[in-house]
Amino acid sequence: MTDKSDPTTTRRGFLKTGLAAGGAMAAGGAANAAGDPLITEVQPWAQELGDGVDATPYGMPIEFESDVVRRNVEWLTADTISSINFTPIHALDGTITPQGCAFERHHSGAIELRKEDYRLMINGLVDTPLIFTYEDLERFPRENHVYFCECAANTGMEWAGAQLNGAQFTHGMIHNMEYTGVSLRTLLEEAGVKPEGKWVYVEGADASSNGRSIPLEKALDDVLVAFKANGEALRKEHGYPVRLVVPGWEGNMWVKWLRRIEVGDQPWESREETSKYTDTLEDGTSRKWTWEMDAKSVVTSPSPQAPITHGKGPLVITGLAWSGRGAITRVDVSVDGGKSWKEARLAAPGQDKAISRFYLDHDWDGSEMLLQSRAIDSTGYVQPTKAQLRDVRGLNSIYHNNCIQTWWVKESGEAENVEVS
Amino acid sequence: MSKYRNLLIGTALASAIAAPALAGNLGLGRPALPEEVAAWDKDVRPDGLGLPEGSGSVEDGEMVFAEVCASCHGDFAEGVDNWPKLAGGMGTLNHEDPLKTVGSYWPYLSTTWDYVNRSMPFGNAQSLSNDEVYAIVAYILYSNDLVEDDFVLSNETFLDVELPNTGGFIVDDRAETELALFSQEPCMVDCKETVEITMRAAVLDVTPETEPQAAAEPAEPAEEVAVAEPAPAQEAPAEEAPVEVAAVDPEMVAAGEKVFKKCKACHQVGDGAKNRTGPHLNGIVNRVIGTGEGFKYSKSMAGMADEGAIWDDEALHAFLENPKKYVSKTKMAFAGLKKEDDRAAIIAYLQSFE
Repeated sequence: MTDKSDPTTTRRGFLKTGLAAGGAMAAGGAANAAGDPLITEVQPWAQELGDGVDATPYGMPIEFESDVVRRNVEWLTADTISSINFTPIHALDGTITPQGCAFERHHSGAIELRKEDYRLMINGLVDTPLIFTYEDLERFPRENHVYFCECAANTGMEWAGAQLNGAQFTHGMIHNMEYTGVSLRTLLEEAGVKPEGKWVYVEGADASSNGRSIPLEKALDDVLVAFKANGEALRKEHGYPVRLVVPGWEGNMWVKWLRRIEVGDQPWESREETSKYTDTLEDGTSRKWTWEMDAKSVVTSPSPQAPITHGKGPLVITGLAWSGRGAITRVDVSVDGGKSWKEARLAAPGQDKAISRFYLDHDWDGSEMLLQSRAIDSTGYVQPTKAQLRDVRGLNSIYHNNCIQTWWVKESGEAENVEVS
Repeated sequence: MSKYRNLLIGTALASAIAAPALAGNLGLGRPALPEEVAAWDKDVRPDGLGLPEGSGSVEDGEMVFAEVCASCHGDFAEGVDNWPKLAGGMGTLNHEDPLKTVGSYWPYLSTTWDYVNRSMPFGNAQSLSNDEVYAIVAYILYSNDLVEDDFVLSNETFLDVELPNTGGFIVDDRAETELALFSQEPCMVDCKETVEITMRAAVLDVTPETEPQAAAEPAEPAEEVAVAEPAPAQEAPAEEAPVEVAAVDPEMVAAGEKVFKKCKACHQVGDGAKNRTGPHLNGIVNRVIGTGEGFKYSKSMAGMADEGAIWDDEALHAFLENPKKYVSKTKMAFAGLKKEDDRAAIIAYLQSFE
């Protein structure tokens, strides 16, 4: 995490602006003889008036960013109602995912549930089964935390080989938000957990219910009953008005439209923890209860959807890293397919179970690169290669693929998803 | 279910033991009524806890399944299109691309009962009686060759059934098999001598085009796609403007779009709509019944086509109100829209698509 501030940063910023606006401007942003018309001629935006303050009571991204959206891979699922789409991580920076482009995963569609119609039940092995309204939840002591939420199937399509050409599709089943809510522990204590209680079952109000069993130890540790994300109400597609936040654990457990929490002495073995979200090994046996998301990282730019367009010279290599077991402490980047590695710069010290942004300020010589990143977390875990994972798990696993990703960046600056030896 | 509330003796003891954990009780919320708990607590565990009384035979199950499940899961639970296959796949778990079904993979029958009861049929969850759920689950067992055709599943026979893959699961062992292995000091230089590209995504080419509204062909590798140009910043087309159809009220169309969510699981409409479980619905209004191109209709629907019957307002209302009454043996496994307003809205919505 050497903070080597780079004097080219401002120049790069200039370059980028020039490219975006002019497009035709060659390397170095050299002006033509008469000067850049964007500068030498008065532009309409410098002369006329812009929108008034209430033009968009709730602001949307400017039209020029309309390609930075969630996308779906249609052939993955039978329909879009029980399906998933992907966060455009190739086009984002920083660490917080805006709600409007944070991936969605529904099992029976995104429902509309008003706060007034919201009820949360706690029942089972408790002293007093309780019902809370949304207003009740707002009266409990509140907490704020930033956590990533990653679908267990993120990168799952890549198990058998390089398949989808873009960081959005290979790694976009993830988002990272600041949640506001009440700790589940507080609510369970309000109901009084009986000593024989060992598990909680959490379910949603939608038709899928998406029930999951969570060990009581985790439920009393850091699980949050959240109603705000990034400062505003949860979006419909993320469980408005209330969802569960299960830090570091697979996204399927983050039950949306949370309606019931039952305390029991055994797990329930629901559909989502038996037939799905279990990991089949080479001999045909399957791991269950693989809740934690292992440390993982990906270079988001350059990448297939974010090619290099400026030619050789200063290049920002950037990406995301996260771990369900702790904080990211280091990210290494390789430009030669893993022969040698350089420590990247973390934009900020890693936070527990939250996404870290890394940068490698690179002087690109214009030749091919095999770009990789490798995350290391606070437990000392080092993100493995796909070969290492396959040695342990075989080829039939789907979920929890946290392997090192390779982008083949060509001389043209275009990039492709590849596997390397 | 009030299953835990019988533990009265435990209560006094529990509060004593659990006392340290019960910090700061704020007195928020209210006690849940037994009726309320019973209404929501429907989960069933492998040991049968939560299973209600009832029974259903394979024979009954076959009928119910054909009516409410087969349009997605197939008559023999073999699955239609990309919808889940519920039967088959025995012995494939250690093969390439294992087929995971209730019979080959699911460890507990309770999971099937619970899921069918709580979340199926897709688009009409929680509409089945307990006996119907028993019957459907009995039929799924039968379609996996796990019971005979005279089998009756009930709360009493439930625990007698053991699924083949019950012993096929182990608890997460990454702590033993992976964590130490993957926690070694990483190599920084001269980590390997050569690096070769062994596989390329572009060869497979299954990535959706990077265009906001690209309608990719599902499951079919698209033709050579040139390297993803940053998509032209094109306005996302708003809903088809119902300009041509003067009679259509935009508010009704908007209302219809909402109601259409109930139909979306099987029907597509609009740009690039394709036949799925049901035919696409572009141009359906005032067309001859049963003539959507490339869709295999039920015999009864095809018969109406021969008679030249038209999907006019009246016919659509009648069909949408009670599909099976209007077209006996229609493949459409949908209960119907009871509210006239909903039907009118849907029809207005459909009318907005040529």
